[in-house]
Amino acid sequence: MTRLLATLLATTLLATPALAAKDSITLGMPLEPPVLDPTAGAAAAIKEVTYANIYQGLTRIAPDGNVAPQLAKSWTITPDGLTYTFTLQSGVKFHDGAAFDCSVVKFTYERAVAADSTNSQKGFFEPIATTTCADPATAVVTLKRPTGLFLNNMGSGDAVMISPASAAGNKTNPIGTGPFVFKRWIKGDRVELERNPAYWGPAPKIASATFRFISDPSAATAAIMAGDLDAFPLFPAPESLDRIRTDKRFTVVIGTTQGKTVMSINNERPPFNDVRVRRALAYAIDRAALIDALGGLGKPIGSHYIPGNPGYIDLTGAYPYDPAKAQKLLAEAGIKPGTEMTIKLPPPGYARRGGEVIAAMLEQVGIKAKLVPVEWAQWLDQVFKQSDFDLTIISHVEPNDLDIYARDKYYFNYKSPEYRALYTKYVETTDPAARLALLGQLQRKLSDDEANVFLFGLAKTGVWNAKLTGLWENQPIFANDLSAVAWTD
Amino acid sequence: MTAFLIRRLAGLLLTLLAASLVVFIVLQVIPGDPASLMLDTSARPDTLAALRHQMGLDRPAWIRYVTWIGGMLTGDFGISYTYATPVSELIAQRVMVSLPLAVLSICLSTTIAIPVGVLAAARRGRGTDATIMGLAQFGVALPNFWLGILLILVFAVAYPILPAGGFVGWEKGFWPAFRCLILPAFSLALPQAAILSRVTRSAVLETLGQDYVRTALAKGLTGIAALWRHAVPNALIPVVTIIGLQFSFLLAGTVIIENVFALPGLGRLVFQAISQRDLIVVQDLVVLLAGSVIVVNFLVDLTYLALDPRITHEGAK
Repeated sequence: MTRLLATLLATTLLATPALAAKDSITLGMPLEPPVLDPTAGAAAAIKEVTYANIYQGLTRIAPDGNVAPQLAKSWTITPDGLTYTFTLQSGVKFHDGAAFDCSVVKFTYERAVAADSTNSQKGFFEPIATTTCADPATAVVTLKRPTGLFLNNMGSGDAVMISPASAAGNKTNPIGTGPFVFKRWIKGDRVELERNPAYWGPAPKIASATFRFISDPSAATAAIMAGDLDAFPLFPAPESLDRIRTDKRFTVVIGTTQGKTVMSINNERPPFNDVRVRRALAYAIDRAALIDALGGLGKPIGSHYIPGNPGYIDLTGAYPYDPAKAQKLLAEAGIKPGTEMTIKLPPPGYARRGGEVIAAMLEQVGIKAKLVPVEWAQWLDQVFKQSDFDLTIISHVEPNDLDIYARDKYYFNYKSPEYRALYTKYVETTDPAARLALLGQLQRKLSDDEANVFLFGLAKTGVWNAKLTGLWENQPIFANDLSAVAWTD
Repeated sequence: MTAFLIRRLAGLLLTLLAASLVVFIVLQVIPGDPASLMLDTSARPDTLAALRHQMGLDRPAWIRYVTWIGGMLTGDFGISYTYATPVSELIAQRVMVSLPLAVLSICLSTTIAIPVGVLAAARRGRGTDATIMGLAQFGVALPNFWLGILLILVFAVAYPILPAGGFVGWEKGFWPAFRCLILPAFSLALPQAAILSRVTRSAVLETLGQDYVRTALAKGLTGIAALWRHAVPNALIPVVTIIGLQFSFLLAGTVIIENVFALPGLGRLVFQAISQRDLIVVQDLVVLLAGSVIVVNFLVDLTYLALDPRITHEGAK
């Protein structure tokens, strides 16, 4: 009877028949982008909607994390590593019809370093001395010093090409050169994109895409199960995965991200300025058990670097789980059993749940961990800005961010002249083999000093319709590149 | 009557001013900087300073307060820090979800609760009463988000006749948008109907024991006529009071249901603005919601006047 009733209701309530061949996609995202201009905010959600879909840079980051050409067809680099000559794609137009040529490159890069720039990665552009145009299709970028990651950085969402005519309105009406054009944005609910009929490259297979913003885990699960969403590339409900795996309609894809989850240590504050204490903390934490407690999806790391990245060396064995050794080191450093340490925990599950597990592990070696949950705004203010913390758990999600250990002022206050010298050498080296060797040394130095307790690489848990192809399995950068997405039938 | 209205209007303005001052001060005190939230952990100090200047955060607090209030008086609600759009536009979009949802829920809960409550009162002590009050007790204890999830599982996942959440926007037509509000409205209305039916029952029970009902019965009126003509109208004041309170709650207190159904309503806007430290949006919303509560209370008072003519004379004095 209920089934009959439901069928009757279904026939009367259904608004659209689902028979037509599908050429659209609806994706779920946990957070809504505040604006749609990736050069005007750091929120990952901005790039997850716009990168490679609406906006494009001279280079792009491919799904495997490598640099690939985009608006620059090709480039040459002088042997001193200071001059990059980019040959630009021809016939490229912005969505508003404005032409893309070298003047746009010059405008984009100069805007990003201007005094009033609010680009959250202004540091990427700081090494640029000049951008000149030999002709409209050739951009010559001269650097102040060799910068090994320059092509990577110019492929990031922060370095996408912006037209002078539309730059001011991009926050709410994004105009780029990409395969999709912005259609509309219902704030708090969805952003809709449409295929760009005048796209310069191969036309995307799907005609339209909708990004919907659903942060509640049970709502996200329901939206997937009900078929309202075709994909949830960063699925927020790990507890529902087992149920979804048993459903043939969906594929569950566990990939990697660049998120290095660490227990950050305030290296300047006693007793944490003593390397024995930092090492003791590393010995006291059972990474395998921690990962298990968080759903078993992360991969252990032994330094501030993700397995699979160029130059990765395995340091996960440097501090095996050894409570006795931890206690011994703590005793040597004069830490009495029962000493209290606070761990500030930002909202993500890995921090809140992980904090409880770590507190229990620290208890085993005689440390009383006081857990202080904080919201993001507080974390940024107290921990990040004022370095007012003992310990905190956080995932550093930016790729290639070994530089944060070389900065004058960064919240965990790691100050090692040796590391800085190594890092400067790394940045200025252009020989690929030498760079890889230096990357290894940098990782080893951080592990030796155990600047932070390196825990695990954050997994990317994607759920999507089994008939969908072309979505990224891994997440080398924040992006939902839809240019290759298609339905198979 | 004019004096009464003027008094209420002055009260409204004073309350709004007090609310604006309180929310402004509280937002100054709590830690967190909207600019650093926007730039996140990779920000360099000079970028942060440039953004703070752009947002006007480098000006003294009292200037920001005066600018804000001055703008509000001229109808300018300011520009959201996070969304970079006029706050009035943001709020208008959200009201188009929250207001219809609140009206729909209140209509549903009233339509269910009043007849049921009156029935329970009329059948006091009998099986019907016990059953209704038992159900109401269950309804009061029922968390609305749990009910929401249950409704989604049944009507969106098991029998997919309604969307599991989200809001397509009114410009897609009345029915596609209305469909999105049906399940949330039921999740909000049922627990509220439970409360309202209990209030209705006890109010009607009280009037049923009054002399005028006994007189009406003595005059020869049937039980039913006495109930609907004399007992129910006189029991409406507490019922209307509760409806007013419930409506105020529905306008902005529904953040949990909005989350469960991924609806872009006012409640989520408040929540999001607070966690993003979108100060100007929080300020505007608090003042606006305080205003709407006062207006709803005023409408409830007006309803009292209509329901009980004796109150008019006292109020107008």
